[in-house]
Amino acid sequence: MKKPMGISATPSPTEAASAAGGQRDTGQQAALAARVRRFSAQDRLFGGVTFMFAALVLVSLVGILISLVIEAWPALREFGLGFFWGTTWSPTDDVYGAVIGIYGTLVTSAIALLFAVPISFGIAVFLTETCPVWARRSLGTAIELLAGIPSIIYGFWGLFVLAPILQEYVQPLLTATGLPLFSGPPLGIGIFTAGMVLALMVIPFIASVMRDVFETVPPVLKESAYGLGCTTWEVVRNIVLPYTRVGVIGGIMLGLGRALGETMAVTFVIGNANRLASSLFAPGNSIASTLANEFAEADPVLHIPALFALGLLLFVITVVVLTAAKWLTQRSAARAGH
Amino acid sequence: MDRGIYFRRKLVNSLGLTLSAASMCAGLVGLTWILWTLFYNGLAAFGSDFFFASTPAPGSAGGGLANAIVGSLMMVGFATLVATPIGILAGIYLAEFGAKSKFAAVTRFVTDIMLSAPSIVIGLFVYAIAVATLKHFSGWAGSLALSLIAIPVVVRTTENMLNLVPSSLREAAFALGAPRWKVSLAITLKAVRGGVITGVLLAVARIIGETAPLLFTALNNQFFSTDMSRPMANLPVVIYNFAMSPYEDWQQLAWGGAALIALIVLGINILARVLFRSKVQA
Repeated sequence: MKKPMGISATPSPTEAASAAGGQRDTGQQAALAARVRRFSAQDRLFGGVTFMFAALVLVSLVGILISLVIEAWPALREFGLGFFWGTTWSPTDDVYGAVIGIYGTLVTSAIALLFAVPISFGIAVFLTETCPVWARRSLGTAIELLAGIPSIIYGFWGLFVLAPILQEYVQPLLTATGLPLFSGPPLGIGIFTAGMVLALMVIPFIASVMRDVFETVPPVLKESAYGLGCTTWEVVRNIVLPYTRVGVIGGIMLGLGRALGETMAVTFVIGNANRLASSLFAPGNSIASTLANEFAEADPVLHIPALFALGLLLFVITVVVLTAAKWLTQRSAARAGH
Repeated sequence: MDRGIYFRRKLVNSLGLTLSAASMCAGLVGLTWILWTLFYNGLAAFGSDFFFASTPAPGSAGGGLANAIVGSLMMVGFATLVATPIGILAGIYLAEFGAKSKFAAVTRFVTDIMLSAPSIVIGLFVYAIAVATLKHFSGWAGSLALSLIAIPVVVRTTENMLNLVPSSLREAAFALGAPRWKVSLAITLKAVRGGVITGVLLAVARIIGETAPLLFTALNNQFFSTDMSRPMANLPVVIYNFAMSPYEDWQQLAWGGAALIALIVLGINILARVLFRSKVQA
């Protein structure tokens, strides 16, 4: 998209005045010059105001970082870097370590991706390759609507509908395999269930990004492969996927960024227990759920700073993941532009 | 031709495509299932009390969500009022003034990060700057948190929409001697009015269900209140508290609230799509 940015939009007063010179009397000339001067002053003002609001967005990100560091400082000073690998989180003893939250956040997100990536990939393949054209738009819209449902509804639904089903049917089956990952009583709620709810929540995000990048594959490439006798699946595996690899990974990272920072969908079902357990069926806590549960009643001396330190950690992790996602999707978009 | 290979390729193909169709079905089943349980349990709670009575005390029957609905509407309303002009002006800067500058590129990047940043961290930020300093929770703090979440949505849609305006339209206006601010506001912004309204609607849909940033900014209020400088009831936090409670009629109200939010969000999303589609075709 070309915009007339290089050319100055308003002619400078002297240019306008000389262009008008000769034919008009000086009074008119002066009036015109004054008008042009007024316009350019207005433009500078308007440009400045819009710049200020754009800068506000930047400032808010920096402000978030600074305020989190300031508020977290008492806890970081008390525990030092040990905060990040302390395995105890106990408000009653005023001892705080981030490992329980980090573990809960990473494991629930990993479970979510484990389920969400293949399903999203399937949905994207279906929408771009096999779905009849008349149904593409409405089915795509349905998936996008799923992405718009607030996370509290996923959490609520997970607690009242999904958790009992997992408890009754799925968890006993998995426990019967004898793996230590699936040991312990089937409570319904816990890290495993939180991962499942998260999976359901991020599927629409990942699926829509994947569909969008799949659509950037030039038809000529796919048609040549079909011409050589490839099956649809072979075209997807050998043409579409290699061509869109970067964008697909970007979409997965975007989903990961969502999953890491998600609060409500997790808080309802994770069980909110501040301990580490080897079983995925055990209740745990993620960074976001710890914040949601404890913040309003926390003691301001050390507990609130410790919670701020957790928030800072979560913010840094998600910003890194989202930056990677953005970079990858941008690279894939730039490639599609060629 | 080797019939074995041929058969295997066909098998792999149909297996792959079947699995992909199955995941599509799983997605749709998930959507229908969630909506069905939501409306089945939630619509039963709708009644005149639901909309006109305040949240009940523990153990007492009846009651509704009037205070939460009004609180949510006020906070979302003020957040939208703040976020719309800021977002539109910042979007105008990115599309019309900054364009290819480094600063604009950084701002665009940061906006995208803010779009997906964990909303609970925004809540922490607002707690630090508005709640901790004033020493009390308030509706204004909640509104501020929501507007911080809405701004990036409006910025991005405004910029994307403005980029769709053909340069010839701008150049025609410049040739008539219009100053840049007039071109931005009266020509290009007006040309994409529908798209920008869509962006604002999507921002409203995004923030109306946001719970995490309200947990420690607006908190909650058991009573009906329109005073924004005090803790304020709001739908998401009431849903959260009531759903986690042991009382059955509270859970019933929570289902109703969740169904109401889902109805609003889906309605806005569909309306935004219709608006935007008719705009693009016109």
